[in-house]
Amino acid sequence: MNRKFTMIQAITEALDQKLADDPRVMLLGEDIGVNGGVFRATEGLLSKHGAERVVDTPLAESGIIGSAIGLSLNGMLPVAEIQFLSFIYPAFEQVVSHAARLRHRTRGQFTTPLVIRTPYGAGIRGPELHSESVETFFVHTPGLKVVVPATPYDAKGLLISAIEDPDPVLFLEPTRLYRAFKEEVPEEMYRVPIGKARIVEEGSDLSIFAWGSMMRTAQLAAKQIAQEKGWSCEIIDLRSLYPLDLDTIIASVKKTGRALIVHEAHKTAGLGAEITSLINDEALIYLKAPVKRITGYDVPVPFFTLEDSYMPTPARIRQGIIDTMQF
Amino acid sequence: MLIEKDMRARAAALTGRLEDVRIPELFQVITPDGEVQQGIENRIDPALMVRMYEQMTRARAFDRKAVILQRQGRIGTYAPFEGQEAAQVGSALALKEGDWMFPTYRDHAAILTHGQTLENLFLYWMGRMEGCMCPAGKNILPPSVPIATQMLHAAGAAWANKIKGEGAISIAYFGDGATSEGDFHEALNFAGVYQLPVLFFCQNNGYAISVPFQRQSASRTIVQRAAAYDIPGIRVDGNDIFAVWLAVREAIERAQAGRGPTLIEAVTFRYGAHTTADDPKKYRDQEVLAKEWREQRDPIERLQKFLIKKELWTEEKEQVLMNKLTDEIEAAFAKVEALPKTRPVDMFDHVYADVPWHITEQRQEFLSLQDEEGGHV
Repeated sequence: MNRKFTMIQAITEALDQKLADDPRVMLLGEDIGVNGGVFRATEGLLSKHGAERVVDTPLAESGIIGSAIGLSLNGMLPVAEIQFLSFIYPAFEQVVSHAARLRHRTRGQFTTPLVIRTPYGAGIRGPELHSESVETFFVHTPGLKVVVPATPYDAKGLLISAIEDPDPVLFLEPTRLYRAFKEEVPEEMYRVPIGKARIVEEGSDLSIFAWGSMMRTAQLAAKQIAQEKGWSCEIIDLRSLYPLDLDTIIASVKKTGRALIVHEAHKTAGLGAEITSLINDEALIYLKAPVKRITGYDVPVPFFTLEDSYMPTPARIRQGIIDTMQF
Repeated sequence: MLIEKDMRARAAALTGRLEDVRIPELFQVITPDGEVQQGIENRIDPALMVRMYEQMTRARAFDRKAVILQRQGRIGTYAPFEGQEAAQVGSALALKEGDWMFPTYRDHAAILTHGQTLENLFLYWMGRMEGCMCPAGKNILPPSVPIATQMLHAAGAAWANKIKGEGAISIAYFGDGATSEGDFHEALNFAGVYQLPVLFFCQNNGYAISVPFQRQSASRTIVQRAAAYDIPGIRVDGNDIFAVWLAVREAIERAQAGRGPTLIEAVTFRYGAHTTADDPKKYRDQEVLAKEWREQRDPIERLQKFLIKKELWTEEKEQVLMNKLTDEIEAAFAKVEALPKTRPVDMFDHVYADVPWHITEQRQEFLSLQDEEGGHV
C-alpha cells in the first residue's frame, strides 16, 4: 500500500509500534499525553497505550532525563521528549554526567538505554530560544549517540533503531521538516542503522555533507548549480552525527576531490570542523581545494525576523560551491 | 538538643528572625546516655542491635584506615564520614537485598552495609574505575559526584519498581547542601506526583563543605520541605541508630503499600573534613563542635552503652570484633594493593555497547605507542 507520511506521522508510527512491540518502552515528557506533544508527535498514543506508558510529566527537564536514567537502569526503555533542544540545558548535567557515563564507570554493569527526542533548529519562525542547533555539545560527549533524520522514512527507521539501541541516543528532529513534505513510509517496523550515512544524490565534482533541514537547502543549491554551470554535486546526508560514517565521507571525497559541509549550527567547533579534520587526515592528497564550511554564524541565533539571514541559504551554498570549484 | 539550640541561635543571628518558629520534633529512641525514650520491645531484635553495632564499628574502622592510607599517599583524596555511622548503617540495615541504593561519595558505611565490598571501596578511592562496580545481584550505583542528581535516578528506578510490581524500593542518599539544588526539588516533586516507592534520605551534617546549614537554607529544617510536596517527612536523630532504623522501616512499609515517597532528615555531624583536601578548622570551631558531638552524641558509644546495660555486649566481645575487623580491612587492602596495575588500554572499553570506529582507532594508536615492557611512551 502506498502510504505517504510527514515526518511527524512517521515518528508517531515508530513510537506507536515500539510501544505495542515491547512492554519496556514508555514515553515521558511535558505535554506529550493529552496534548499529544507541542508538535503532535505523540498524538493519540495516550488513549491507545494508557497513562502509565505515555506520561505527562511536571515541567522539569532535569526531572525528565534524571528519572529516565533511573527507569533505564532498572529495565525500562524510556523515550523522553524535551520540547525544544534549547530547553535541554537544565538537564544537560543529567545527560553528560550520568546518561553518557554510567556504562563506562561501571564497566558495563549498569547501562542507560534511553532515547531523548527533541525538535531542533530554525525555520519555523519560533520564539526566542526555540531554534538552536547545538548538537556539538552532545557530539563532544563520549557515551552518547546523536542522530538526525532528514526524511520521514529515515525518521521512522532511525527512531526504532534508537529505541532498540543499548546506549543513550539523542534523537534530534529538524522542526522545519516535521511537515515540510510527505514520502512513502512502509507500515512494517523497519530499521535504519545508526552510524550509516545516506548518499542522497550521486555526483562527481564536489561532495556536500549536510544533515537535518540543511539537506533540502543543499539540494536546491546543487540543482541550481548543475543547471547554471553543469557541475555535478554528490549530496550526502550524514544522519548519524555520532558516530560518523567515516567510510562514506572519505569514499566520496576521494571520488570528487572537493568537499563542502553545510550546517546551521555555529561555525566555531561545529561538527563541520571535525569533518574537515577527518578529511584532512584521511584524504588530503585527493583534495583539489580546501574543505569549505557554510554554517550558521557565531552569533546567538537571532529572533525570527533574521532567521533566513542567519541560516545557510541556497545562495551562500551556491557561492561556496563556486569558490571550491574555482579554487 | 545541641543542634536545635545551635540552629536557633545561628538562624536568629544570621537573619534577624524570631527564634520561636516551630522546628519539627526530632524522633529519638535512645538518648546519648543510652536511656530508652520510646518502647522498643519486640520492635528491634537483640541480634539486630548487635549487628548494628558491629556494622557501625566496621564502617568506622574502614573510615579511619582510609584516612591514614590517604595521608600515606596510598589512596587518593578521600571523603570521611566518621560521626555519621548510625544514619548510614541504620538506614541500610532496614533495606532488603534487591532494593536500589543511590549513594554519594560519603556514603561508604551505607554501601558496605548493603553489600558493597571493602575491595571495591578501596579501588574507587585508589582511582580505579572497577571500584564503581558492585557484587552481582546487588543494586548499588556508583557514588554520585554531581550533587542531588542521583535523587532523580532513585525516583526513576523506583518508578520502574512500581511498574514491575516486584516490591523493591529505592533509597537516595544526599547531604544538606543537596537541598539547595534543583534536582532535589524535581525529585521530590516527581516522586510525589507518581507516588513512587522511594526514600530520600538526607544526612544533615550541618556543613556543605564550609557553608553552615543556616547559610545554606532559610528553612530551619530540611524535613519541613516535605510539606511543600505533600509527602511524609520525618526528622530523626541521625546519631541514634534505633530511631533511624525505625523511621526507615516505616517509610519502606509505606512505599511498599503503594503510599509513595518519604523524606527523612537524619540530623548528624561529620567529625572530620569534607574531604582529606580541606581543613575544617578554617570554617568551624572544630575543637568545640567535634568535642560536643563526639563526647555527647557519638552514635557508636551510645549504642555500646545501651548494649552493655542490656548485657548484649562485653569487653571481650569488643576485643574479638576489633581484631576481626582489623584483619578483614588489612586483608582487603593488601589484596587490592597487590593487584596488577590498571591496564591503561582499559579506558577504551565500555564507552558504548559496540565499539565505534574512532575509539577502535584511538585504542590502536595508543597501543602502538606502548614500549616493549607495555609502558606508555
